[in-house]
Amino acid sequence: MSRSAIPQATLLLSLFIAALLVAPLLLPEFYLTLLNYIGLYAIVALGLVLLTGVGGLTSFGQAAFVGLGAYTTAYLTTVHDVSPWLTLPAGLLVTALVALSLGLVTLRLSGHFLPLGTIAWGIALYYLFGNLAALGGHTGISGIPPLQFFDLELRSGREFFYLIWAVLLTIILATRNLLDSREGRAIRALKGGAVMAEAMGVNTPRSKLVIFTVAALYAGMSGWLYAHLQRFVNPTPFSLSQGIEYLFMAVVGGVSHVWGAILGAGLITVLKQWLQDWLPSLLGKSGNFEMIVFGLLMILVLQRARDGVWPMLQRFFPQAPVHGPMIKAQALPRRPLPEAGSVLLEVTDACKRFGGLVANDRMSFCVRAGEVMALIGPNGAGKSTMFDGISGVDPLTSGAVSFRGQRIEALPARAIAQRGMSRTFQHVRLLPAMSVIENVAIGTHLRGRKSFVAAAFRSDRGEEARLLQEAAAQIERCGLAEHMHELAGSLPLGKQRAVEIARALASDPCLLLLDEPAAGLRYLEKQALAELLRRLRAEGIGILLVEHDMDFVMGLADRVVVMEFGQKLAAGLPDEIQRNPAVIEAYLGGLE
Amino acid sequence: MDLQIALLLGQDGITNGAIYALLALALVLVFAVTRVIFIPQGEFVAFGALTLAGLQAGRLPGTIWLLLALGVVISVIEASRAVRERQFRRIPMILLVNCGVPLLLAGALFALSPAALPLPLQVLLALLVVVPLGPMIYRLAYQPIAEASVLALLIVSVAVHVTLIGLGLLFFGAEGSRTKSFTDVSFAVGDTLLQGQTVLVVVASLVLIVALYFFFERTIYGKALRATAMNRTGARLMGISGSLAGMLSFTLAAAIGAFSGILISPITTIYYDSGFLIGLKGFVGAIIGGLASYPVAAAGAILVGLLEAFSSFWASAFKEVIVFTSIIPVLVWRSLKTRHVEEE
Repeated sequence: MSRSAIPQATLLLSLFIAALLVAPLLLPEFYLTLLNYIGLYAIVALGLVLLTGVGGLTSFGQAAFVGLGAYTTAYLTTVHDVSPWLTLPAGLLVTALVALSLGLVTLRLSGHFLPLGTIAWGIALYYLFGNLAALGGHTGISGIPPLQFFDLELRSGREFFYLIWAVLLTIILATRNLLDSREGRAIRALKGGAVMAEAMGVNTPRSKLVIFTVAALYAGMSGWLYAHLQRFVNPTPFSLSQGIEYLFMAVVGGVSHVWGAILGAGLITVLKQWLQDWLPSLLGKSGNFEMIVFGLLMILVLQRARDGVWPMLQRFFPQAPVHGPMIKAQALPRRPLPEAGSVLLEVTDACKRFGGLVANDRMSFCVRAGEVMALIGPNGAGKSTMFDGISGVDPLTSGAVSFRGQRIEALPARAIAQRGMSRTFQHVRLLPAMSVIENVAIGTHLRGRKSFVAAAFRSDRGEEARLLQEAAAQIERCGLAEHMHELAGSLPLGKQRAVEIARALASDPCLLLLDEPAAGLRYLEKQALAELLRRLRAEGIGILLVEHDMDFVMGLADRVVVMEFGQKLAAGLPDEIQRNPAVIEAYLGGLE
Repeated sequence: MDLQIALLLGQDGITNGAIYALLALALVLVFAVTRVIFIPQGEFVAFGALTLAGLQAGRLPGTIWLLLALGVVISVIEASRAVRERQFRRIPMILLVNCGVPLLLAGALFALSPAALPLPLQVLLALLVVVPLGPMIYRLAYQPIAEASVLALLIVSVAVHVTLIGLGLLFFGAEGSRTKSFTDVSFAVGDTLLQGQTVLVVVASLVLIVALYFFFERTIYGKALRATAMNRTGARLMGISGSLAGMLSFTLAAAIGAFSGILISPITTIYYDSGFLIGLKGFVGAIIGGLASYPVAAAGAILVGLLEAFSSFWASAFKEVIVFTSIIPVLVWRSLKTRHVEEE
């Protein structure tokens, strides 16, 4: 990829901003009004990009949030004479409170309950606006004061233009910053990586709640601007159908790209204008017939080009992957490791049932600090289920698990990760569209503190450098240095497993659960892996290993537990296990 | 409120609730089989009612044009695929099913004068026009992305919904319609008059629910749908085609929707966009059942009907607000029952 691509992107952005600066001086009122609305809509659509494209959630009720922002300022400025600069925080507060409470009740459920909830909520709020006498009923509220910057009153659309687009560009910048941070990686893991993220200590319900609230705040912001641009509000622009239109904008423009929001808002707004002029005369009737076209367009986009229009444009501007040089940073503090030989993990009578199937039946064993303990058994013996039970990914039905002296069987995966356990997955759980270092950096999630706000305003850079340095160090340790900036999905399976180990190590664990780490590795890679695990053992880390390669297991493990049909078949030193007749029968079948 | 008003409201609530229950069942069915959250369900209610109203008024209902248009599009897609796969023998059948049958129906509507026909035949004609739209929409909008996420399918549903709403306005105009009453019988229960039409709605809903039960328990297609709902891959391995199951569930949903619309059109004025709110109230019922349990969904839907009737008495302006916010406590309750992180 060419090095000139980065300046090219900057050049395009500068051109875009320059065009925005001169637009009000050149364009007639009609086009400025159109651009103002595109800007207002894009602010809302940007929230949907964050929510839908990045987070894998969606909302049809964004128009209702716009309404909350608009009605709050309309009511407070006209009835109580509050300054518009105070109604902005008030409106955002109302929006945030509603979004938080709505999110709290829906976000723990499967993904489709949130959009259904937002449909119901969008309708309810629309009727509420229309029927509350204090809000002017269906006629709405007029006489909203204009915004004032010192002596300058923003009375015309021409003056408002700069404000709208400045807000939009600021929000775009903040969103991009947010996504390129510790919390941002957690958000990007929501779509297709929630289980992994939880196991790395990410509180995924919280991340969902945050992006839902942020998207609502963007909408509320747009509503505040709208109210002071129009200086009049009524319920119509906050109806469910407008909420649906916002989603269309995001999807048509490109729901995974911040610039897709502007593109989509522009395309839909212009198309709507055009269709509203043409369709009624074409059909000989008046009505919102543009919705027929929009609906069909949406179906086609989702069937043929699910990423929207922006990626098609992006192809003309090849972009180099943006990664700055690694900044030298202070190393992250390490967790004090328990004394070698002390019991780290103790599993007692662990059972896991799936309906009538007993996958784990009264399993008991322990793992000590500074040892490699191997869990082996034929396919289907329940080893991976055992891992899921220990790490809280899929809690046990009954039984006790103690980790460093504390009971953990009832804790969620993220709380267990917090206590110093980390794991890999048998079926690799990486985010294929993120680079190797970003994937590994998710492992460092619990070692950082900086919040969403810090990320949006870039005051997290010091910590971010330390996290990335740690991730890079673990990548080098796992022999992947030359792949650091490649997409995780482009690596062969064996290397992807190594990325999983690096990610687990990046969390600074004292107990490591490795599920078939050697599968798909070549001989030399296996030797390197064994060497790495020996070094970790020598450092005092406890390792629980599931593996089918017997040479690998027997050459490495200090102790072995054998499982069959969910039960413990045998336990002991590697030599004893290799001579155990029951184990030989389980693996090779008995002699008739 | 005295007993008489309570009875009247209760009667109203149960009538509407019976319709919501039918819709809730269809929504649960479609979701279980195809993972599609079938937002356009309500449009079938409106289309059924307005098509019947059009027939009774002696107008050619616009839905027949939609049927013809969808038939042509499907024929083009299927026939070009047959040509690509060099299976020319399939083409006549494709044309016959997708273009021939709708043309025949359109011809019948032209030739007969439906306004003069007896009511049962009018109902039959209306169903024949509207119900095939269900599987056709499945074929065109959903089947190409049947494996996509629930979220993508939901967005398609919303897109189909707005398209159909726009078409409804185009076909039927902004004015509402009522159809002729099926029966003028009424019964006196105490001081209250029980309308025959109301009884008919409840009885017909019950009959339909029982019929659905037997369909799912006793017929091979019903069992195939249940199998697909339980395990899509497993059912496919047993030779149950996913697209057949999808088409079948959409046919049932369209039939239930159109039939519901026909049932209530003598007692409620139906507009081109009335179906949406009716369908969504079915959804509230379905969500009470967690989009999974049929009996709980039906009971929930009856509850929604009663809630609506009584809130229209106490706070009529806030009727919709109350009905749609009632979903929130339901979601809270559902949310408290889950604690597990799941992957979409």
